[in-house]
Amino acid sequence: MPENDGFEERLRKARARHGVDPKPSGSGQLPQGGTWGIGFRAGVEVVSALIAGVGLGWLVDRWLGTWPWLFLVFFVLGGAAGVLNVYRLFNPRNAGK
Amino acid sequence: MAAEGKTIDALGQFELVPVLGKVGASVGFTQSSAHMLLAVGLIVALVMYGMAKRAIVPGRLQAVTESTYEFVQGLCQNQIGDEGKKFFPFVFALFMFVLFGNLLGLLPFAFTFTSHIVVTFALAMMVFVLITVVALVLHGRKFFGYFFPEGAPIWLAPIIIPVEIVSYLSRPISLSIRLFANMVAGHVMLKVFATFIVLLGGLGAVGPFIAVLPLTVNVALVGFEILVAFLQAYVFAILTTIYLHDAVHLH
Repeated sequence: MPENDGFEERLRKARARHGVDPKPSGSGQLPQGGTWGIGFRAGVEVVSALIAGVGLGWLVDRWLGTWPWLFLVFFVLGGAAGVLNVYRLFNPRNAGK
Repeated sequence: MAAEGKTIDALGQFELVPVLGKVGASVGFTQSSAHMLLAVGLIVALVMYGMAKRAIVPGRLQAVTESTYEFVQGLCQNQIGDEGKKFFPFVFALFMFVLFGNLLGLLPFAFTFTSHIVVTFALAMMVFVLITVVALVLHGRKFFGYFFPEGAPIWLAPIIIPVEIVSYLSRPISLSIRLFANMVAGHVMLKVFATFIVLLGGLGAVGPFIAVLPLTVNVALVGFEILVAFLQAYVFAILTTIYLHDAVHLH
């Protein structure tokens, strides 16, 4: 049989490629890039969460005139968000679903 | 450019200088803007000229164009899923712009516009606004459920919700800082070692022999920087698609 040259396999691949069949979603991993890369990324996540928290707290404080209380609260929240970001870095939130 | 007055001027390369004479100075058209225009022009030229022949067996330029296209398309489809096709133009433009910015900056006398946080932050804010709008349009008010994971005890809400909001707001910041810091660090290192070559080279009879050492380092660094240029453009694009995936599917 000349048809028996992996046609089904190619058809399945082509269908998957064009989205005819729903396919399992990819795990979506970032390139790991060694120890330094991981350390750098974790550092960036913590620092940016702190910046976001401090910035948000400072803005809301300036708006409401409650300096420095919300700033302090959001500083802590920023730190917590940084830890959360690092946690998400290694356990993406849609990985288990 | 190099060591004026025997000092190491590693940050002078990031200064903005108006170009195009008086016209450029009055509208604030700097070499950074000029390089952005150049990058856009090169990308358009690559795509237009590369695909002009539409050969079945691609030539070199067409192969480059097709491989970048397929690379980004694969990224979109693997990360976002089938909805990713809609976002392909955005991700492709973003990826190519960052990649060409990084690579252009490695040429002699060129300027790296991705080494300014204003530029990277503006790009990251575009992504941020897009993911927020997409999530709001697709999911409406359910989007706000994103900030409170289902199954968590309700009395934890006052802690979890602000932390999640801050974490969400930190996305454009981390996206921009990552690219900016990588480019700045690489170019500062290149400049510092390049200055070492000049300083050591002027050190009498043995100078040129010692100067070979930083030269070796610089050669290795240039290769490393090319890797970083590709890697950071890839990371920027893949994070964009991951965020888009979150916005489209909203777990």
